[in-house]
Amino acid sequence: MTDDLYQEIILDHYKNPRGVAAIEHPLADSHQVNPTCGDEVTVWVGEDSQGNLEIAYQGQGCSISQASSSVMSELLSGKSPQEAAKIQAAFMELMQSKGQLEPNEDVLEDAVAFAGVSRYPARIKCALISWMALADAQIKSGLTYQPQSLDRKEHT
Amino acid sequence: MALDVSLIRADFPILSRKVRGVPLVYLDSGATSQKPSVVLDAERRYYETSNAAVHRGAHALAEEATDAYESARSIIAGFVGAQPDEIVFTKNATEAINLVAYAFTNATDKHRQGLEVDPRFIVGPGDNIVVTEMEHHANLIPWQELCAKTGAQLKWFGITEDGRLDLESDPIDHNTKFVSIVHQSNILGTINPIKEIMNRAHQHGALGLVDMCQSVPHMPIDMHATGADFATWSGHKMLGPTGIGILWGKSELLNSMPPFLTGGSMIETVTMDHSTFAAAPARFEAGVPMVAQAVGLATAVKYLQAIGMENIERHEQELTQHLLERLRKLPGVRIIGPDSNVDRGSAVSFVVDGIHPHDVGHIMDSHGVAVRVGHHCAWPVCRRFDIPATTRISPYLYNDIADIDAAVDSIVKAQEFFGVVPEVAL
Repeated sequence: MTDDLYQEIILDHYKNPRGVAAIEHPLADSHQVNPTCGDEVTVWVGEDSQGNLEIAYQGQGCSISQASSSVMSELLSGKSPQEAAKIQAAFMELMQSKGQLEPNEDVLEDAVAFAGVSRYPARIKCALISWMALADAQIKSGLTYQPQSLDRKEHT
Repeated sequence: MALDVSLIRADFPILSRKVRGVPLVYLDSGATSQKPSVVLDAERRYYETSNAAVHRGAHALAEEATDAYESARSIIAGFVGAQPDEIVFTKNATEAINLVAYAFTNATDKHRQGLEVDPRFIVGPGDNIVVTEMEHHANLIPWQELCAKTGAQLKWFGITEDGRLDLESDPIDHNTKFVSIVHQSNILGTINPIKEIMNRAHQHGALGLVDMCQSVPHMPIDMHATGADFATWSGHKMLGPTGIGILWGKSELLNSMPPFLTGGSMIETVTMDHSTFAAAPARFEAGVPMVAQAVGLATAVKYLQAIGMENIERHEQELTQHLLERLRKLPGVRIIGPDSNVDRGSAVSFVVDGIHPHDVGHIMDSHGVAVRVGHHCAWPVCRRFDIPATTRISPYLYNDIADIDAAVDSIVKAQEFFGVVPEVAL
């Protein structure tokens, strides 16, 4: 039962975190805390010459939150905001699935390892904290993808 | 008298259930205790036989309900050597502390409006409020807010490296208006010299409150011997229901304080532009109160009295002694708080090298062991020790040595799982 939470991929990212702690020209950052446990993460976002995302992060927390930051950084760095949005939506859906969803490995890659986390309500926040920070930093920097159909102004 | 834990456990239905496919080992009583059947039965019986709104109505049920509520107050008062009119029922201990903090806010506001209030409850710039660095947020934030609203200054006792109150950092002076300190720290387990500190407060003309959430459930308390002016604790940590907390206060003080929540039941006379207030405790119990919870808590008190608080205290000391001995011998584990069984309660926090407390708690849970992880609503303590959080084992009367062993064994399993078993020189 512990194994469906602590997948090898998660433990590997926890012990050998990928990604960087700083980028040269961040456009925005977001600091998020989990007030129930004191876990903290800061995510910085910028864009490269092709308009793709550059992501850096620093944080402290449990294996789930640390591995999730690492996986997110590896998965979304270098992606366009549009490509990233698809992955972010898939990860959010997986976290809300209560373990009832078969994750799409083509989209989520290493992030499929977090499928088991969705069965433990107390740990979902751990897995999401860095993703929330990235989404917030994207909004602040304007590096978001807004499909036309989601533009509320069209409907008012 | 040694406790017969197997007999006690039989009174708590939840303790026989399984979690994650294995038997439950409940060691999170510092957060909330489990409830014996007699408490649940008492609440049910009250609703089935005597339910009515108390202190109003002249029918038979209203009389019975009022009697049940006020009898509960007497039983709970007697448990701590207090008088019934010194006991105020609140939603929880947090509300009780806010009630006292708001006495200062409201008295100060009224004073600014030129109304007559007891000067002991007026605070402003130049005054200070004293707490400790080991307070639960419930006994910190209300005082931070009081200071923010009045211009008073918040001061605090620090913590020594071994988790004791640093008495040399005593900030109490002649400008101190109020001292609010925890009796037993919920995160460190430290038992503080409350009588000495209350004496210091009184010598400087200040009043004092003691947060007894972690002491009243675990040891005999004679409220008038504590030296405190106010004390608070919660029902749910002492085998009672949630939704009821206690404020104990000296009658003379309670009757000198402006009310906190206002409305029905707390008045003496009402006209369209003015009201006067009932004497305490009614003054602080606006609205229809938590009668069933009071009945349940009084039943919990009788249950504890039948076992004997001295016996419960001794039993917990034995468990704590064993727990501390085992943790001290465990490589890679550091106790946060006093590591000896002197002036400390049964709540024991620790950190494990190389594993975040959340992960420790998760692996323990997978072995059925329920413990608390996080900052325990005492974030400044974690900052003081430069740790993100702790894992906390907090036993009670229904735990035995086997539970402690199961918990410690599961810590070793967490070390094995994360590959952080320290190498020990042979």
